[in-house]
Amino acid sequence: MSVDVAAATGEAATAVRRKPQKRGVIADGSTRRSRTVRYVLLLLFLLFVLIPVYVVVITSFKNSADTTAARQWSLPQTWTVEPWRKAWDVLQPYMIRSLSLAIPAAIISSMIGSVNGFVLARWRFPGANIVFAFILFGMFIPYQAVMLPLRTTFTELDVTRGVPTLILAHCIYGIPICTLIFRNYYATIVPNEIIESARVDGAGLVQTYARIILPISMSGFVVTLIWQFTSVWNDFLFALFLTQQDNGPVTLGLAALAGGQKVDYAASMAGALITSFPTLLVYILLGRWFIGGLMAGALKG
Amino acid sequence: MHGRIRTWGPGALVLLPTVLLLGYFVYGLIAWSFNTSLTNRHTARKGPADYVGFENYGHLFGEDRFLNSLKNLGVLTVAFIVGTLIFGLLWALLLEKGVPGESIFRSIYLFPMAISMIASGVVWGWLLNPSQGADARGLNRLFEILHLNFLENPWWTAGSRWTTMASIALPAIWQLSGYIMALFLAGFRGIPPELREAARVDGASEFKLYRHVLFPQLSPIALSALIILGHMSLKLFDLIYAITGPNQFRTEVPAIYMWNTLLRSDQAKAAAIAIVLLAVVAVLVIPYIAYTVRQESEE
Repeated sequence: MSVDVAAATGEAATAVRRKPQKRGVIADGSTRRSRTVRYVLLLLFLLFVLIPVYVVVITSFKNSADTTAARQWSLPQTWTVEPWRKAWDVLQPYMIRSLSLAIPAAIISSMIGSVNGFVLARWRFPGANIVFAFILFGMFIPYQAVMLPLRTTFTELDVTRGVPTLILAHCIYGIPICTLIFRNYYATIVPNEIIESARVDGAGLVQTYARIILPISMSGFVVTLIWQFTSVWNDFLFALFLTQQDNGPVTLGLAALAGGQKVDYAASMAGALITSFPTLLVYILLGRWFIGGLMAGALKG
Repeated sequence: MHGRIRTWGPGALVLLPTVLLLGYFVYGLIAWSFNTSLTNRHTARKGPADYVGFENYGHLFGEDRFLNSLKNLGVLTVAFIVGTLIFGLLWALLLEKGVPGESIFRSIYLFPMAISMIASGVVWGWLLNPSQGADARGLNRLFEILHLNFLENPWWTAGSRWTTMASIALPAIWQLSGYIMALFLAGFRGIPPELREAARVDGASEFKLYRHVLFPQLSPIALSALIILGHMSLKLFDLIYAITGPNQFRTEVPAIYMWNTLLRSDQAKAAAIAIVLLAVVAVLVIPYIAYTVRQESEE
């Protein structure tokens, strides 16, 4: 660190050279003023994030006469739940299909990921790294590259169109991310010595997994379940390629509700909120782990 | 590792189903798509097709429409990555020392991540309404109300490729900046406090502390963020589908073009587009995976 850099950033430098006890300086080295600036900026960005939320919520409670250009940002003249009722009538069957799809898909891929992750982290074999790379690549592929033959394969396998097809697809293509999350999780929380001593005591892989690993896997499962539930729920591409309007998940339903010639904006907005509700609920209830899941989504996060 | 089947055999056996599944559903189907892309299967019909070599690829790269979709994708990716990294890093910087209500800020910044791109596309499609002046809707109406008329613009419907694709990137930035913030925030929190202390004792300014001590520690995270955003952007489909519909030349990217091609049952061409898309992703991702796996095995 050269001296001229300090000179170039004169103001910041003096701010720190003061003794931390001095007035106006907070323990972390920043001044009160810089802290106020930070706070104001944070609030401004909060506005940027929340503006769409405001307009969606108010629009969803308006009647169609009230959604004119001039009144778009104003509160409803008369509040009505009619758009919600309308959207719900359309979306309800889709919501049920999405639930019966996302829950099993999340559970199955999490279970496979847990076993895989354990082996890759703590029961390694020669060539495990190659297998790991082989699995990892599946996480990044654009699904367009497999979509056409996937549809043919499912037709040949005679899987029922709709929920079963999607469960299968999401389980298979969810394995890489679940494996990665569990692998990182076990690599951090399970000391190698425990596994070694279990092996010395003659415990096999199944025993070690069932007795030692599974009981401490709870938070790993929470992370993969949240991650998978959210991404399966939000998926649109598989839904579009592998199902039809009458047996598809809620993203298809919403696209249909909000598309078309004559769009009912209020109902579309209510529909967007209804569709987002389950993932938002998961996020609000399990937010702390959700963040953990997002971190795990980054390879070295 | 000890070379004894008894010790490592069960592990390999456990992974076998996964390897077989992914071997078929990832690698096998990619090979299948590639194979289709080499044929003249331009209809929905089944039965044998003739191999035409790389003819489909030749046609694609000689076609204005495909080149347009690639350029759109390039612009979209740059706008999306730059925007998201700036917002994400900025938010992390603002939060990393801790402020009152930090968890509230964090949660709200992050929440758009939980929403499907279809839902946010429905909303943003409405916000990005191109009408201006007295008839302005969406964000343009908001600018009218705030007397910021100069900010009004036609969004994705007119103007340059940059205006168009940046309008598409805007909702994506809105959705994913919080994610990048969370990554960087975790990175900042992972740096041992002693490192900061030592730098301060040595008389480093705040600026120098970040520039020379903290940022270098974050570079692995920045790399991850870049790869994640890059591959997301290359695959982006739902958002464009929801905002502009799939039939807009101005906002067409290869993923959307492939869908349009499939609607006309041109299987060989659709497969070729998909394989080009895969190749672009692979160029980005394979070196990264190789680097990650090598690093982990050294540890």
